[in-house]
Amino acid sequence: MSDPKLTTLGHDETGAGTVTPPAEESADVAGTQNSLWSDAWRQLRRNVLFWIGATLGLLFVLIALFPKVFARGADPRDCSLSLSGQAPSAEHWFGFDQQGCDYMANVAFGARNSLIIGLLAVAVILVLGVLVGALSGFFGGLVDSLLSRVADIFYALPLILGALVVLRSGFLGRGVVAVAIALAAFGWMTAMRLVRSQVIAVKSSDYVAAARAMGASNSRILVRHILPNAVAPVLVYATITVGVLIAAEATLTFLGVGLQRPAISWGLQIDAGQRLLRTAPHLVLFPSLILTMTVMAFVMMGDALRDALDPRQRS
Amino acid sequence: MGRYVARRLLLTIPVLFGASFLIFAMVYALPGDPIRALGGDRPLAPAVVAQLKEQYNLNDPLGVQYLKYLGNLAQGDFGTDFRGRPVLETISQRLPITIKLTVVAIAIEAVIGIIAGVLAGIRRNSFFDNVVLVSTTLVVSIPILVLAFVAQFVFGLKLGLFPISGAQEGWYSFILPGLVLASGSLAYVARLTRTSVAENMRADYVRTARAKGLPNRTVVVRHTLRNSLIPVITFVGADIGTLLGGAIVTESVFNLPGIGRAIFDAVRAQEGAVVVGIVTLMVFFFIFFNLVVDVLYAVLDPRIRYE
Amino acid sequence: MSTASASVPYAPGRGGSGPVLEVQDLRVQFRTDSGLVNAVNGVSYTVSEGETVAILGESGSGKSVSAQAIMGILDMPPAEITSGRIMFEGRDLLTAPAEEQRKVRGPGISMIFQDALSSLNPVYSVGFQIGEMFRAHRGTSRKEAKKLAVELMDRVRIPAAAQRVNDYPHQFSGGMRQRVMIAMAIALDPRILIADEPTTALDVTVQAQVMDLLKDLQRDTGMGLVLITHDLGVVNEVADNVAVMYAGRIVERGTVDDVFGNPAHPYTEGLMASIPMLEAKGGRLQPIGGQPPNLSSIPSGCPFHPRCPKRRLGADALPGRHCAEDVPPLRLVVPGREAACHYSEEVLGV
Repeated sequence: MSDPKLTTLGHDETGAGTVTPPAEESADVAGTQNSLWSDAWRQLRRNVLFWIGATLGLLFVLIALFPKVFARGADPRDCSLSLSGQAPSAEHWFGFDQQGCDYMANVAFGARNSLIIGLLAVAVILVLGVLVGALSGFFGGLVDSLLSRVADIFYALPLILGALVVLRSGFLGRGVVAVAIALAAFGWMTAMRLVRSQVIAVKSSDYVAAARAMGASNSRILVRHILPNAVAPVLVYATITVGVLIAAEATLTFLGVGLQRPAISWGLQIDAGQRLLRTAPHLVLFPSLILTMTVMAFVMMGDALRDALDPRQRS
Repeated sequence: MGRYVARRLLLTIPVLFGASFLIFAMVYALPGDPIRALGGDRPLAPAVVAQLKEQYNLNDPLGVQYLKYLGNLAQGDFGTDFRGRPVLETISQRLPITIKLTVVAIAIEAVIGIIAGVLAGIRRNSFFDNVVLVSTTLVVSIPILVLAFVAQFVFGLKLGLFPISGAQEGWYSFILPGLVLASGSLAYVARLTRTSVAENMRADYVRTARAKGLPNRTVVVRHTLRNSLIPVITFVGADIGTLLGGAIVTESVFNLPGIGRAIFDAVRAQEGAVVVGIVTLMVFFFIFFNLVVDVLYAVLDPRIRYE
Repeated sequence: MSTASASVPYAPGRGGSGPVLEVQDLRVQFRTDSGLVNAVNGVSYTVSEGETVAILGESGSGKSVSAQAIMGILDMPPAEITSGRIMFEGRDLLTAPAEEQRKVRGPGISMIFQDALSSLNPVYSVGFQIGEMFRAHRGTSRKEAKKLAVELMDRVRIPAAAQRVNDYPHQFSGGMRQRVMIAMAIALDPRILIADEPTTALDVTVQAQVMDLLKDLQRDTGMGLVLITHDLGVVNEVADNVAVMYAGRIVERGTVDDVFGNPAHPYTEGLMASIPMLEAKGGRLQPIGGQPPNLSSIPSGCPFHPRCPKRRLGADALPGRHCAEDVPPLRLVVPGREAACHYSEEVLGV
């Protein structure tokens, strides 16, 4: 380990108020990362918007995991046409839909699909983005030009349009996995660009040069030294993107190419409700409200995370 | 400058063809029966199938199909839909609607976004700054779908201020959908302007401008805003290219017969030629305005020009 | 001389005796998240026509902040001027209306900064930025301003000024950029020029050229020069008088020859011992021990006492002159020399 690294490490550790002796080769990255995260956490804890977002996010996850609790005992498929379109009441907080089903139960049961699609699509995006971005940034040259051009091509097609065409062609099917994959296929480029630029920045740094001089292999350098640096911006991006993708799923489903009945989805509820906007506005209102709060949860958490992880933003 | 433009132009060519090929391949080559896709949900007579296969060169390999398509495109032939209507005719009929919607949306996002961003950026951490921060978070979080219905319900049905469907009332019909369409970009413009202004306010050259004894207005307008608005103007410019591609959700909810609505209908009906034709045009707009913005950036920031 | 000096509206006081600029008991604080930072704690000095005063100190000593306070370009908040007067031509700038303060910047007092690249606006040509001085203060037309800008660029010895007037800052070398800054600062023939580390960012050979230029301009115009620096070599070469700052206070003041030849404050002594220039005289290089002071909790008594090799604590101290308890005032030690040390006489060896 070279001296400059030790100095940097010592400095950062002092700043973070902890002392950890450098133990092994990658301690430099680990060290700066540790202080970055502990600084970020200190920053996050004081951010009101973060706590609002985290609370909403937690609520959403709980609804997705235990919809029955939030349905207040009602079964979303136990319907009675005589109750069709009834307005909210003390007994049934969200009222009834056109089929006379308890609407709160329906909205609660809709959370699970949104969560699964959001998380699954983000997972696929991260795998694609990190893989392509790391390859592109690390090898540079022709590989980089080629992969960057491919990303540009996908960028030229809007997310909703691309997913619309793929889903309509029908070869993926119309389930939860199909929607997630269609969204990921047209949403991986930003993650790729983030990882790529981080890799390029770190690749030329002194400590990577030092590791290379010590005879570390390409894959070791990539995994131990470069990727940890890309974690912060990718995490911010991923958090916000979960929200964006949940909204996109609702939109695709609303447009008739996403989930289909009998699946329960906020997009389907909004689609059905819009025709009754004049007589039963609550049918659009409640799924819209919960959808918006869910998206907001992720946007707020991501925003707060970005502020906390970007030292330049601190005054 | 000329070389700069030429280099950017060169980079866009593979993207233009790549994107149009991507959509072409998705429409014609994804697993599934392309002819059934061509016919939509209606069953087709064998003679019609054979004729369609011939017409769309479906017996050729995909690459050859695409090259033949490009050849036609080069002669201004975008193909026809199932009823034999030229795709170009659909485009020329739908585009004016989308252009009007784009003009309204861009005007809203630029004017409101920049004013809000500048005021927030100049007085950081003020009450107004916090209002802008919170409201932009809110706006960014509302899916456009939801926003469209909220706008329809509140401004259209309850207050009766704006028409909620169709384009019968001229420019007035476009205000509500334009506002909905602009909302996301509006929030982004406000935030971008705010950050940019706040950053530039602390710049060394603004300190210099004040040390020169320039009047406060000159310091703010000439030495802070001019520099701060460079990224904002380029974002808005690029957004024109995006919006001209049509807004599927907004045009659908507000029942505006524009490009976005046309593409949505075409995807639903699996009108391959229409989808590919419009998307190719859309990609062209996107790339063209991005190129314009790159050049604009070089004009506005001399450091780029001479790199 | 250029046309610039012909019609200066700042006639009053010009050529008169006495100091042009007089800073009295200036105090500046910054309110930050981590508490109050006392950047400048009672600084006084004067600058007369044709005089070069060097303000010497390490970073964080308050030398730049005091200069920005004089210029009226501190960001307030977070900065706050808690006391003091800045007398320019008999008027207190701190109490003057903002518009009057503005009119002094440029024709009265002007300033050049350390990093010319970031201090010039990247999106305007250098000619435009120099010409702005004439346009803002004299209402000169854009065309005439550009002509005057070329003359000024000539005067600061930028080669091919007429061709380069439309170039942008990033197209110049570091030294040439600093000359552009200087051209801008002297455009309206100021009575005082404050140069904040003007050569720190430059190569050594270029440093000398820029300092020579400043000296020549000063000789031609008779302006007072405030040279803010941490470079003892530069001070030694160009300054008449020097004020050494530590922890937001002036700890020693006198002519350059006196102060450098025989320091009256242990901090100045430490500075002298820590530079190679004076090595021949004292033998080994001696760095000053300890850490620079934390401005949000400045040590009690003499702020330098924790690092001072000559401090007297406890029974060693004379009554009322306890280094950790009693703040030493800046006082006349010998004629022409002030120092803020309880034991300056011993340090001086008189």
